Amino acid sequence: MGKFRKQFVAGIIVGNPVFVLALGLCPALAVSIALDYGIGMSVAAAFVLVASGIVVSTIRKFVPNMVRIPIFIVIIATFVTIVALLMEAYLPALHEALGLFLPLIVVNCIIMGRMEAFASKNPVVSAIADTLGASVGFGLAMVSISFSRELFGTGSLSLFGINLVTLPVLGEDPILIFILAPGAFLVIGLLLALFRWRGVIRSE
Amino acid sequence: MNEFIVIFLGMALINNIVLVRYLGLCPYFGVSKEVGTALSMGMATTFVMLIAAAVTWPINHYVLVPFDVGYMQIIIFILVISSLVQMTEIFIKRTSATLFNALGIFLPLITTNCAVLFLTFWNVLWEYTFIESIVSGLGAGAGFTLALILMSGIRERLDMADCPRSMRGLPIAFITAMMLSLALLGLGGMI
Repeated sequence: MGKFRKQFVAGIIVGNPVFVLALGLCPALAVSIALDYGIGMSVAAAFVLVASGIVVSTIRKFVPNMVRIPIFIVIIATFVTIVALLMEAYLPALHEALGLFLPLIVVNCIIMGRMEAFASKNPVVSAIADTLGASVGFGLAMVSISFSRELFGTGSLSLFGINLVTLPVLGEDPILIFILAPGAFLVIGLLLALFRWRGVIRSE
Repeated sequence: MNEFIVIFLGMALINNIVLVRYLGLCPYFGVSKEVGTALSMGMATTFVMLIAAAVTWPINHYVLVPFDVGYMQIIIFILVISSLVQMTEIFIKRTSATLFNALGIFLPLITTNCAVLFLTFWNVLWEYTFIESIVSGLGAGAGFTLALILMSGIRERLDMADCPRSMRGLPIAFITAMMLSLALLGLGGMI
């Protein structure tokens, strides 16, 4: 059980996929306009990550080394298709908002990275721990980025349609740049610098 | 002719694949440390985008749409792109040693460049014709190359700059990207 915990924790802070490894940046920046979208994206990616981790780790002994990348991609693409169809059926608003970034989970380098570096070499239980940890790490990054962008970009914060907080001055006059394209780069840059300054993650 | 120019400029500047659409960020921050490698990477990506746009169009129009298997799009397109990259690598290796030396190590990386996959979906979404798809592929590649070269030029200088310890490396690169993105945002109303 101790090993399971160690593998799980490794991906959250020390090996955080977005802030430390700089992987999966595209969805982290593109769909982090609102907290809802950030959470939706994290859950979708987490499902694909854990499910592909289980499959890849189960079949790891039968996969020829030469063609492993195409095989992993087909497995990942299958789960992405499942998520995309499920979301279209049950959460059409979220599906609309995530748009093309939902199919693009296929080429999310976090998933390919975990398959290649861990799931294809380790037993199923370890693979589950590792992919769960990476999912939580990705989720934390998504939530922290989308939280800051929604809060400063719109002046208020809402979760699943319920308004949580409205800032006094920004509520009337929000800093629009935060929800536009440049704001994403600004927020991730400042958050990364802040985490390094506070010693949450290691500096270069 | 006019609509081709609009599509090209639209893909290269207004919808710049890196700075406005946030795609291909992993290679963008990974290989933008020197101008030379940035140029090679940009050219290799443009090349693959062009071929990917040209190959996925007939597959979508003559196979996926007539047989009504649109839900297979994700799997088919990513397989096509990864095999295209592999074939391009073999083809370049056989025909031009100089080009292979320049692009060689970057080619496998392009499979997981989300910009290429995005481009193929984008062409389907906007129902571009065959020629329009190719033009949009070329535009996307040009936009990627432009962003990469601009960034690498700045980062070469940034190495020498005296910036706070916690900002060094990636954080300052993100802030730089924000300023580049801000500049492109100004072109938004052009088309």
